[in-house]
Amino acid sequence: MAAGPMKMRATLMGGVTDVRVLMTHPMETEQQTKGAPYFIQNVTVKVNGKTVVEGQISQAVSRNPVFSFRLKGGAKGDKIEVSWLDNKGESNKTEAAVA
Amino acid sequence: MRALVYGAATALALAAAPAAAQQSQFEKYQKMVAEGSPVELFELSGEELWKKKQGPRQASLEKCDLGKGPGVLKGAYAALPRYFKDVDRVMDLETRLLHCMTTLQGRTREEATKRLFGDANQPSEMEYLSAYVAGQSRGTKLAPGAAHPKEKEAYELGKTMFFYRTGAWDFSCASCHGEAGKRIRMSELPVLSEPKAARPLMATWPAYRVSNSTFVTMQWRINDCYRQMRTPEPNFGSETTVALITYLTVTAKGEAYRGPGTKR
Repeated sequence: MAAGPMKMRATLMGGVTDVRVLMTHPMETEQQTKGAPYFIQNVTVKVNGKTVVEGQISQAVSRNPVFSFRLKGGAKGDKIEVSWLDNKGESNKTEAAVA
Repeated sequence: MRALVYGAATALALAAAPAAAQQSQFEKYQKMVAEGSPVELFELSGEELWKKKQGPRQASLEKCDLGKGPGVLKGAYAALPRYFKDVDRVMDLETRLLHCMTTLQGRTREEATKRLFGDANQPSEMEYLSAYVAGQSRGTKLAPGAAHPKEKEAYELGKTMFFYRTGAWDFSCASCHGEAGKRIRMSELPVLSEPKAARPLMATWPAYRVSNSTFVTMQWRINDCYRQMRTPEPNFGSETTVALITYLTVTAKGEAYRGPGTKR
């Protein structure tokens, strides 16, 4: 499941880029797994190759999480890359151009 | 901004459903869960499965005829259930998919129906495929078959079943879905014999359920309603399940499809 699909869209409106990204991940907690949690730990956002967000998230996030955020500025065609890394070392990423 | 436009469209549709101008708590809740819906992930996995070569014939489903010609997906879900000449019966999406699995891919019915309904850890093939195919009908108005004699027959049978009380508890579909203003926890119980209530509902199935992270199909919904009514389990894709789905979809006809939806 961990390498399941991701989907992202990035839209520019009034100088602000609105990004919505979906990730496939079971996001299992400590309690659910009786001590072997399995969750996304790091989420990185890059714009044109430059890291703009390095986030750490916890087990408290739902299965198949959706993240929505806004980036100041940006232009049509800018490349946005979102990647995640989970606590078992698995990762995935997706790319989209700002539309 | 597509996300916002979609949100606005949903809000509009929700506001249009009840006569009350004020948004009900149910609607607010439904709107909230829809904003974080991962249905697109199911659509993506469904597309992969649609194109995956499987079965003894190592064939994909890409030549499956869902009523609009082999491989035509655009608007196909919105025109189901319908009569299929090749099998001389009415079929809904899942029944037709199963038909394609057995004919195109050469799989046995037994193998293809082994795991129809999945769970959060491992959704079923039918769930992924339903998500993908239904997603290709977004914006298309529901126009199930209602002209062929067999389609009319299915509608009438479905209508009869909807009101037919049976089983140990003497329940019919209308026992729960026959009176306005009823609910189970945070789910409204729409009066499905009324187009006003059937339309917004049928336009958002199949759907993702947030409470248990599963993607559920219409055949599952019918199956589970009968489980709740304590009747014997209906056969997948049987004449009766398809008839009931035909009745519900014909009652909802004309509504623009906007699923796969998100449910409690």
